[in-house]
Amino acid sequence: MNILVCITHVPDTTSRIAFTNNNTEFDKNGVQFIIGPYDDYALARAVELKEQHGGKITVLNVGEADADPTIRKALAIGADEAIRVNAFPSDSYFVANQIAAVAKEGAYDLILMGRESIDFNGGMVHGMVGEMLGMPSFSPVMTLDVNGDTASLSREIEGGKEKLEVKLPFVAGCQEPIAEWKIPNMRGIMSARTKPLTVKDPVDDTVQTQLSAYELPPAKGTVKMIDADNVQELVDLLKNEAKVL
Amino acid sequence: MSVLVFIETEEGKIKKSSREAITYGAALGDVTAIALGQVAADELATAGDNGAKKVLHVADERLNAGLIQPYAEVLAAAMESTGATIVVTAKSSLADAVVGRVAAKTGAGLVSNVADLPDTSNGFVVKRSIYTGKAFANVSITTDKKILAIKKNAIEVTTGGGAAAVEAFEVSLDEALFGATITATEKAEGDILLPEADLVVSGGRGLKGPENWGMIEDLAKTLGAATGCSKPVSDMDWRPHHEHVGQTGVKVSPSLYIAVGISGAIQHLAGVNSSKYIVVINKDEEAPFFKAADYGIVGDAFEVVPKLTEALKNA
Repeated sequence: MNILVCITHVPDTTSRIAFTNNNTEFDKNGVQFIIGPYDDYALARAVELKEQHGGKITVLNVGEADADPTIRKALAIGADEAIRVNAFPSDSYFVANQIAAVAKEGAYDLILMGRESIDFNGGMVHGMVGEMLGMPSFSPVMTLDVNGDTASLSREIEGGKEKLEVKLPFVAGCQEPIAEWKIPNMRGIMSARTKPLTVKDPVDDTVQTQLSAYELPPAKGTVKMIDADNVQELVDLLKNEAKVL
Repeated sequence: MSVLVFIETEEGKIKKSSREAITYGAALGDVTAIALGQVAADELATAGDNGAKKVLHVADERLNAGLIQPYAEVLAAAMESTGATIVVTAKSSLADAVVGRVAAKTGAGLVSNVADLPDTSNGFVVKRSIYTGKAFANVSITTDKKILAIKKNAIEVTTGGGAAAVEAFEVSLDEALFGATITATEKAEGDILLPEADLVVSGGRGLKGPENWGMIEDLAKTLGAATGCSKPVSDMDWRPHHEHVGQTGVKVSPSLYIAVGISGAIQHLAGVNSSKYIVVINKDEEAPFFKAADYGIVGDAFEVVPKLTEALKNA
């Protein structure tokens, strides 16, 4: 089975978010970058599927050179080779276009990615890629098993989940608990250094959106503490001050 | 300007988040809403209450379940037929999966997680929530056609518009679009949907076990709130995954979020930071969640929660 796993290179979930250059750039200062957590689950499931069925995993990132350590980590976790489309991931459409172009060059049975990136949280790229390739797309996918040319998967719906069966190939936006989270071992880290990482130029520079400025939400006021023996005070505050009851 | 709004229904009723989307659309232009699958026409007519002029109804029973490819096909056809230049939808797990395809089909520029009405004084600039609610980006959409997925609870629903005209909308859907077969659906019936909820009560590891969730449910029931939980709780299978609130779970934006026995890891806060008010009940006064709260009680959940439920019943 030939699997393409698309990963994002995003600030760690514990990062303090700040902006520079007149609020037009993300402040990378002191920020640790990681594989997007949802993408990490997609990659982990790809590794499990390869263990069961054999095959090859190609990891793809649309990003600049500073994403290379993140891509090497994906190789250490179990991807066989990597492609980086050398461009700033400007918007969902731009990224989807790049992914579709790479996907057209390889005969992939599955194209996996996270349900959304944790920086822009759009959750739109899997659908766009599916449409561009004329393949079905599903998200958020919580379980995924393959049997011959058919997959059974479950998808989260609001308040529950839905099980589906579909023929390969297709695109899936993944989330937990699709796989056991994997941490690279020493052998993986050593072998990742020599696995191929191909850098490609973007195929098209069309974007549909442009950032004008970032902003931070207003700072939270201080907490009002209420005595545990006086819950009535909380009820009164919720009613009369917050006016939420 | 002609605006198309995608309506989702739940147990035969238009979802609250879809009414928010209609309200949003009506602020931009003349709204034609569209609903898929078998839904009662008099329910769809109530979309007019929130500002829709007309509702297109594709009453194809194959569309009763939210199938991504056929839904995208229908929305693209409705854009074409109505001449709509703007499509508005609530952000939801279904809409997310559908509108990416619609954007790729129609060449529309798409922005998700929209938190406010657009600024059209110079182009078309929308404010979207990013970094899981930790910041906003003001983004200009440069294409003629636009699709906006609106963050839940970001727009106050307006009412008073009267009934909308409901019209059948015919689309021929190729069998190939129905390649995926739904084999089973599991759904919590009758519960308030967590992503939509205006009030949420969540429990964490401090509750010690799934057998103690009764008091969380009692409190939620008294308030008319949805129930949620922290990641460890869903990881340990104390509660189903669709209740997991946080960075990699459901992001909620209620008026009131009550957290019981949740310490407040940054990943949990990422799922709740759009809440208007946060109440934290925790026996550890050092719990980081208190820093993000509006109201806090240091105390044993097993004592405080039943007392709070009682006080609310009498309120």
